[in-house]
Order: sequence, then C-alpha cells, then structure tokens
Amino acid sequence: MLRASVGGAREVEASGETVREVLRGLISAHPATESQLFGGDGELNRYVNVYLGDEDIRVLDGLDTAVGAADTLVILPAMAGG
Amino acid sequence: MSPSGAEFIRQVKAEITETDPRDVHELIGNGVAIVDVRESDEWAQGHLPGAKHVPRGYLESRIEGVVPDRSQRVILYCASGNRSALAAHTLGHDLGYEHVESMTGGITLWKDRGYEVEQPKTFTAEQRERYSRHILIPEIGESGQHKLLEARVLLLGAGGLGSPTALYLAAAGVGTIGIVDDDVVDLSNLQRQVIHNTARIGVPKVESAEETIHALNPDVTVVPYQTRLDASNIMEIIEGWDIIVDGVDNFPTRYLLNDASVRLQIPVVSASILGFDGQLSIFKPYAGPCYRCLFPEPPPAEFAPSCGANGVLGVLPGTMGLLQATEVIKLIVGAGEPAIGRLLLYDALAATLGEVKVRRDPECPICSRDPSSITDEEMGVFPDYEAFCAAAG
Repeated sequence: MLRASVGGAREVEASGETVREVLRGLISAHPATESQLFGGDGELNRYVNVYLGDEDIRVLDGLDTAVGAADTLVILPAMAGG
Repeated sequence: MSPSGAEFIRQVKAEITETDPRDVHELIGNGVAIVDVRESDEWAQGHLPGAKHVPRGYLESRIEGVVPDRSQRVILYCASGNRSALAAHTLGHDLGYEHVESMTGGITLWKDRGYEVEQPKTFTAEQRERYSRHILIPEIGESGQHKLLEARVLLLGAGGLGSPTALYLAAAGVGTIGIVDDDVVDLSNLQRQVIHNTARIGVPKVESAEETIHALNPDVTVVPYQTRLDASNIMEIIEGWDIIVDGVDNFPTRYLLNDASVRLQIPVVSASILGFDGQLSIFKPYAGPCYRCLFPEPPPAEFAPSCGANGVLGVLPGTMGLLQATEVIKLIVGAGEPAIGRLLLYDALAATLGEVKVRRDPECPICSRDPSSITDEEMGVFPDYEAFCAAAG
C-alpha cells in the first residue's frame, strides 16, 4: 500500500538528521503516505515498523534516532496474506 | 579338573558386584551407563530406557566408544544375568573399568517387576529407502528421521502457503499433519495452491490435500479440520500439536492464533505474502518474541489488502511456504539456527532476502504474562479494543 503511494517505487530518497525528519521528508514528497505512517497523535502507527539497518527504531531512540547520509530505513507494514 | 559352565559362572558372579533391578531403576537418568550386552535381535525386542547396546561378542572392541571414561559407573545387563556377569568380569578385571556391576536376573526380572521397557525405533525397508537422502545428512540422520516420523505439525490453511508446506512436510515424513481449512478448491486457487488440481474444483481443500498427501507418502496420517479457526474452537484444535504453521490470510486469525499459541506454549512458524513480498519468522513463546511484539496492532482494513483482492505472484507462496517447511524440519530435528527473533524479508522482484531483528516486548500484552493468566475473553482482541468500543459508544 505504501508503494502505491510513492508511485510504485521500492526505494525512495529522503533526507534528514533523524528518522522523524526523513519520514516527514517522505511525506512532503508523497503526501499519501502520511495517514499510513502516522496517527493523529503524531506518533508512528503501531502496525508500521521502521528499522534503521536491521534494528527497530523503537529500541533505538524512536523517531529521534539519528540517521546518517548513507543509512537505509526499512518501512515495514504488517501483512496477512496467505 | 576344569569347572563346568554353570560352576564357572558361579565363580565369576562371586567376583563381581550384582545389583538388583530395583536399584538400577532408581539409577536410570542419573549419569550411570546402562549397557545391554545381548544380541541385536534381543535388543530389538525392547530394552531398558536409555540403555546403550554393546553385544557381548563386541564388548572389548566397542565398550570404549560407549563408555570412554573407565571411572564411570557402568551397569551391564542381559536376559537373565549370566552373560552380563561374564561381561562385567571382563570389563572389571581385564579392561580396568573401576565401577562395573551386573543387573541380577537381567531384563526378564526387570520386566517381572513391572518396570518400563523401551522399544527401539526401526525403519521398514521401504522407509529406509524413502528417507535415504535424509538419513545420509548428519543433521538429520536416523534419529532425526525418527523425530520427523513422530512429529505432529498443524497447518492453518491449505491455500497458497499451506499447499507447498504440506507437500514437502509429507514428503519429508512428518508423521502426523493436521490441516485446518473450511474452503473448497476454486479454479482461481490453482495458480499457486499446488496440492490441489483441476479435477478437485469444488472439493473441500482438506479432503483434496489429504488425498494428495496419501498418494505422496502413505506414512503420513492426516488430521483434517474442515472448519474456520475462531475463538470458540482454537484451543481445542491447536492443543497437543508440536508446531503450528501459520499461513492464514487475515489479521484477526493471526492475533487469535498468537494469543492461543502463547497460552499453550506452541511454536508458530509464520509467513505472510503479498504481491512480490514475503515475510517469515518463528514465534516460539517465551523463547523469543510473539506476533504482538512484532506488530502490536493490525492495520485498519483499508491498509490491509489481501491476496484475493490485490493479487500475488503464484510462485511466491511456494518460496515462502518452503522456507516455512524448512524451519519446521529444523525445529523438529534441532538443526541449525531457527528464525526466532528475526523477520526474514523476501523481495521477489529485487531478488533479495533481508532480515530485521525482532525483540520481545517487555510490555507485550500477551507474552509478558504468565500463560495461565491469558483468558478466553482477551484472545484475539486488539490492545485498544475496549477503548475503541467505548469510543464507538
């Protein structure tokens, strides 16, 4: 569903110093992603996990986790297809 | 004048230590080596639990392989206590074993006392041939194949993921396979659900799957459940299975399954698919995270597309289902590193297999608690369910 909101792309570029800034950058380029990523309280939806490398940002500093220029964020929605 | 055979055995018994079966029974599992010195055909009829087998004719050449430490306590037995007395004499006097005993009366007296006898596991000639390529690899071998034949694996769904998983687990000789599915075979299923076929359109999937499995491997017992898994039947259906394979196609059942499997402490090998993407992880209760630790809440319906609605590459459930089957076999035989605490991410279009870490959530509403405290009422319910219902009035 996220991919549909970014024109079918599997990887997109976005910049920022923290996970929050990167995701905000993504949203400003692709506004349709906002409701999938964030709830009304400004927090990440619980059904979307974000990983910096292979680590869940929830065990790092959450949305304030620092991001380097070469880092990859993985945005992973829950899937239930069988 | 040389003694008679009977006289010689009496002399030998006077020089060794004999131990009553009652005392041997107390010692089983306490680090004492129990060695059966009878012939192979006698051993095959049943032996003491945990005993090793060294026929008396091979005693001197093979005992070190079974009991390398000469200071270890060793108890030998045979059918009635004579051959083991002679063997004990050899180990003690000729080979330097320091604590050797012979069990009085042999396995005959053992059985008369009503103690348990273990039946050795054997393969039929056909099984030995059928599973020969498993038996050849050390990670499985004969003991692993016996474990597979004794294993009970429950498949949730005989659809995209369940079809390939069931086929390969059956071929591998998983002895009992349960299948839960209430659906019938539809023409649109056959692009990926390879356990069914065109002639079975309209036939219940559990029935079709059972027929295919029996044709592939008659060793396998299939337990069909032609029903939909729900809160009213889940505890009854999943109890008693060694491993559950989750291939269900909707979120509510995945949460329900998670909560019930944590409660019963049954590991779940879980996969999900959509489009060209697959995810896989093992949720082993209390040894690793549960599904709720990974995804505390399901997405709302508009963000939760199904394969039925959005489509899926037909090969993809094959790939993911076989990764599930591989993990099931590894869990059964105890080989390798199971995908516990890791989520494998397969991207078929990119041809990449990645992984991310999954950790136990210390505040998980389910697996942070004692399993006996999980109630029927809360199983499958989402964390904010009550607030949601209250808000909805």
